[in-house]
Amino acid sequence: MFRAEVPQVRNGNGQGIIMSYCMNIAIASGKGGTGKTTVAVNLAHFLATSGQSVQYIDCDVEEPNGHLFLKPVMESQIPAAVMVPRIAEEKCTFCGECSAKCQYNALVSLPGIPPLVFPGLCHGCGLCIHVCPEGAISEDTREIGRVEQGIGAGNIAFVHGILNVGEAMAVPLIRQVKACSLESHIRIIDAPPGTACPLVATIGDADIVVMVTEPTPFGLHDLSIAVAVAEKLEIPLGLVINRERDLFSPLEEFIRDHKMKVLARIPEDRKIAERYSKGEIIVEALPEYKELFFDLAKGVGETFGEAVIGGIA
Amino acid sequence: MNNIREVVVVSGKGGTGKTSVVGSLVSLFPARVAADCDVDAANLHMILVPEVIEEKEFMGGSKASIDLSRCTKCGTCREVCRFSAISEEFVVDHRSCEGCGACYVLCPAGAVDFPSSRAGTCYLCKDKSANPFVYAELLPGEENSGKLVAMVRNEARVLAEQKNIPLVIIDGPPGIGCPVISSMTGTHVAVIVTEPTISGLHDLDRIIDLARFFKCTTGVIVNKGDVNPDYCKRIEERCLAKGGIFLGAIPYDPKVTEAQIQATTILDSAPDSETSYIIRTIHNKLSTILEEL
Repeated sequence: MFRAEVPQVRNGNGQGIIMSYCMNIAIASGKGGTGKTTVAVNLAHFLATSGQSVQYIDCDVEEPNGHLFLKPVMESQIPAAVMVPRIAEEKCTFCGECSAKCQYNALVSLPGIPPLVFPGLCHGCGLCIHVCPEGAISEDTREIGRVEQGIGAGNIAFVHGILNVGEAMAVPLIRQVKACSLESHIRIIDAPPGTACPLVATIGDADIVVMVTEPTPFGLHDLSIAVAVAEKLEIPLGLVINRERDLFSPLEEFIRDHKMKVLARIPEDRKIAERYSKGEIIVEALPEYKELFFDLAKGVGETFGEAVIGGIA
Repeated sequence: MNNIREVVVVSGKGGTGKTSVVGSLVSLFPARVAADCDVDAANLHMILVPEVIEEKEFMGGSKASIDLSRCTKCGTCREVCRFSAISEEFVVDHRSCEGCGACYVLCPAGAVDFPSSRAGTCYLCKDKSANPFVYAELLPGEENSGKLVAMVRNEARVLAEQKNIPLVIIDGPPGIGCPVISSMTGTHVAVIVTEPTISGLHDLDRIIDLARFFKCTTGVIVNKGDVNPDYCKRIEERCLAKGGIFLGAIPYDPKVTEAQIQATTILDSAPDSETSYIIRTIHNKLSTILEEL
């Protein structure tokens, strides 16, 4: 039943790939700059030009870059907001209950005056409203960024979030971006770098995580932490090794130890770096790499298939 | 001592070579405390090869869990939770729980526990040149990285004061969000390491604006500048237009990665290379900026 409606992706030789609908494919890395966006953009473009409905969801809201390559025509722009408390000063008795219960130090009580509100620290949980015995707290909205949607190259449905400069709260914006997921599409989700809460918020509901790493000590170190996050969340994993020159034996050992599936090895190629630097899509500018992304798409489908079968058994 | 200067090295975009540059710059300042504030993907210790002197626990925020033996299934917790973290079976999903404590405070049966747990470790070290070095590791997937950054910076300042060292060099995280803000607040100089690509230029705009927001003196370094000389030039122009100081462009050099694999910097492995020469020039400019503060 999982494979009731499965479109086919074919490469130049007429080989088919089965991709399941309604699939979240997250592209993550741990370390920044390993080629996440390159892999995400080109995988999305490859699938879209193979006739599938694809949505690109850029969750790197601090530094979104997918739009520089897919060049979407934006159709909507919605402000993203979080809730913050507003104190009705005439009702406040300075009891301090709100600030005592706030876990984020977003309210600070001083003797004889209403509490000070620090909106940048507030998570919008609403607990202060419940605990105020005078009913003196209501809410305002505070804008933290915006969500933009449009249609990009290859007819890809595109959505990203842009966090306001100076704003600390990435996670609520990531949630609002993900709320724009389209059911009937294969969803390629570009994750932020790092291994903390923004990564968890992004990949938490992924069907598969494609980890993009580079064969260096830094790349491997951060990959191992990101893999630990995905393993903790019990999400199936595949690996892309980017900018490979020679085999980096510590990475190969890690792959063996964690029984990871290598979905693609992208060679160190100055042509890719130069095309990327100008905002070009690699599978278009350098067609010799189409086969590589075909294999990657196939590997993603197979990894997901295995995981589903494994889950049933 | 109040005249400690803090330099933070950031990038906006990840993977521009920030840590390799910090590793080199740090080794050119004879007396400094180094602090790695990229706490969820720390790498600087892999070049500085420190000896750990002391470990400090970092306690994260609390997370709710419901004791079903005390739960009366009244549903209050599910009503007040704004993060949809509590299932119909009254089990808390720790991926969604933000640790606000609303369920804990408002449960009429007192069935919610709200314990905090260790979320990481902060390491106070001596690096291979015997200078103090502080770094931290957040446990995979944990929250509050901004608070751990604040802890690392605080420990670094304390060490600088104790040892009468006037300079703290901070390796910052990528992005512009919570841990970056925590790394940059109150620093004197922000050095931005970027790359000559469309993404590098796009992200530079946002990180320069953040540095200006914090009133930091801002310098820009382009790493792998020769990969796209046109973008390298555009970044230099953008830097100057926004009131920054252009510190220089480092060429693409595979010897940088080779040095990383040997747990050292290019200044040690290839001191006579063009790259090493340029890094020393950048260090001189940065020293002048610090003297003129």
